[in-house]
Amino acid sequence: MPSMALPNLAPAIPEIILAVGAMAMLMLGVFRSGRVSDMINAQAVVVLVLAAAAVILVPGKLLLTFDGVFILDDFARFMKVLTIIGSLVAVVMSIGYFKAEKAMRFEFPILIVLATLGMMMMISANGLIALYMGLELQSLALYVVAAIQRDSARATEAGLKYFVLGALASGMLLYGASLIYGFSGTTEFAGIAAVIAGGGMSLGLIFGIVFLLAGLAFKVSAVPFHMWTPDVYEGAPTPVTAFFAAAPKIAAMAIFVRTMVTAFPAATPEWQQIVVFISIASMALGAFAAIGQTNIKRLMAYSSIGHMGFALVGLASGSLAGVKGVIIYLSIYLAMTAGTFACILAMRRREGAVEEIDELAGLAKRSPMFAFLLAMLMFSLAGIPPLAGFFAKFYVFLAAIEAQLYGLAVLGVLSSVVGAFYYLRIIKIMYFDEPAEAFEPMPGVLRTVLGLSSIVVILFFLIPGPLVAAADFAARSLF
Amino acid sequence: MQDLLMDYLPIVIFIGVALVIGLALLIAPFLVAYQQPDPEKLSAYECGFAAFDDARMKFDVRFYLVAILFIIFDLEVAFLFPWAVAFKEVGWFGFWSMMIFLGVLTIGFIYEWRKGALEWD
Repeated sequence: MPSMALPNLAPAIPEIILAVGAMAMLMLGVFRSGRVSDMINAQAVVVLVLAAAAVILVPGKLLLTFDGVFILDDFARFMKVLTIIGSLVAVVMSIGYFKAEKAMRFEFPILIVLATLGMMMMISANGLIALYMGLELQSLALYVVAAIQRDSARATEAGLKYFVLGALASGMLLYGASLIYGFSGTTEFAGIAAVIAGGGMSLGLIFGIVFLLAGLAFKVSAVPFHMWTPDVYEGAPTPVTAFFAAAPKIAAMAIFVRTMVTAFPAATPEWQQIVVFISIASMALGAFAAIGQTNIKRLMAYSSIGHMGFALVGLASGSLAGVKGVIIYLSIYLAMTAGTFACILAMRRREGAVEEIDELAGLAKRSPMFAFLLAMLMFSLAGIPPLAGFFAKFYVFLAAIEAQLYGLAVLGVLSSVVGAFYYLRIIKIMYFDEPAEAFEPMPGVLRTVLGLSSIVVILFFLIPGPLVAAADFAARSLF
Repeated sequence: MQDLLMDYLPIVIFIGVALVIGLALLIAPFLVAYQQPDPEKLSAYECGFAAFDDARMKFDVRFYLVAILFIIFDLEVAFLFPWAVAFKEVGWFGFWSMMIFLGVLTIGFIYEWRKGALEWD
């Protein structure tokens, strides 16, 4: 019987800020006539910054509320800040794009805020019901965001595909959750862990874990549940793709890690083999399928599938070092993705945005700085030292070696070599091909995003301490 | 076992009553009603559409909109019933939870109203 007293709302203050903010913006947007988009965009940025501040400032080490289904620990704080940064970047980068496309809608930043709210709920979920609630709020907002340019046939197709497949994945996740509840008698992570540790492991529970993993793997777009990613990335407007590639992936990976590590620690051998498989499959598919791509957004889709595979290497080891590796990986992945998408958004001529890789031809002669930074981001995505992407991979592979998953580590390094090909091809096109027509000058916002992410990516090796220490601190709260 | 089965007795009675009423309504028209069939009366009835047609016909997207809006408020009512029944147990926490839920729903309603989703033309 849950207590009927008013729960402690302090741990949920960031979520409350986002929820109230989103509703206030919705009302403002619909009652103010005329051009409200700029105002709403600015408010969305303020609301997200406030929420991030609240995430950091709410006092307490480990806070549980709503009868223990909502948890705010260091892991949640870290992941929430990452997610909010991803959303913020998406909002600020979207403004120029939608203005240029004359497709400005004030609902867009509101939907981003709502999706962020769902992601934060998900990161803080400490039980299956809270997990599903957060996941669904996030997904519903994302389906709409994917089809926000509703007059574009490709965007609506992307939205519909994402919706149908996402609903299927949610169904599988729910089915798994119901099996887990049926065989363990509780929906809370700690309770499930206690039942399994007490010898309650059964075939039904394994089935439940498999279905739960299928649903979560869909959300992080890991193979074999990745089919939606290339189509949605290509069809959705570019700022939406930039959003999809960062924030939802980080949030989904966070809940993936939390579920496996806190609810099923005693069942590690069972889920480990599944995670090892989807990790290897994602890395391999990400590496091989991207080779033939000509559209840069599609290429980034395969690249993100590969990167999720690398992040899962850390989870597969199931250890503290592994979780720490995942956190570092996601932080660096966020920086790399934000920078790369700033570059993709800057691929614009007078007649409109272009997305083909060949349009980058000879970029080094037209705008050397742009080309240099994009080249650095590509080297980093490929994992070439001393750039940040190398260290991201280093920590997850180190964890895999420590957990004696040698095969996984070797296959990961090999697929990383294959993946380097298509990143290097972009650099080759930029530096050695005949120049194509010049792009429009890069807007200030994109310059800032590209500059900041390049600083992180290029200079990470000088001061890796703070991020590694913070990741270690965050990972410890799960063990 | 006996007690368990006794618990289900009201359901059995209800099924019996439902059967009797259903059959009575089905059979009574054949016995007492005035019958004068014509082709129009005998054709299948499908509200608003021809009963037999190409399944891939176009029809107004506003039907979907109305249906979606209806579902939301239909579910709201379905959610209100158990809350109202358990009102004494859920206390102030339950009361304010529902008020927040209704508030969020109202904001959505105002949005669709201002956006003109409720106008047919």
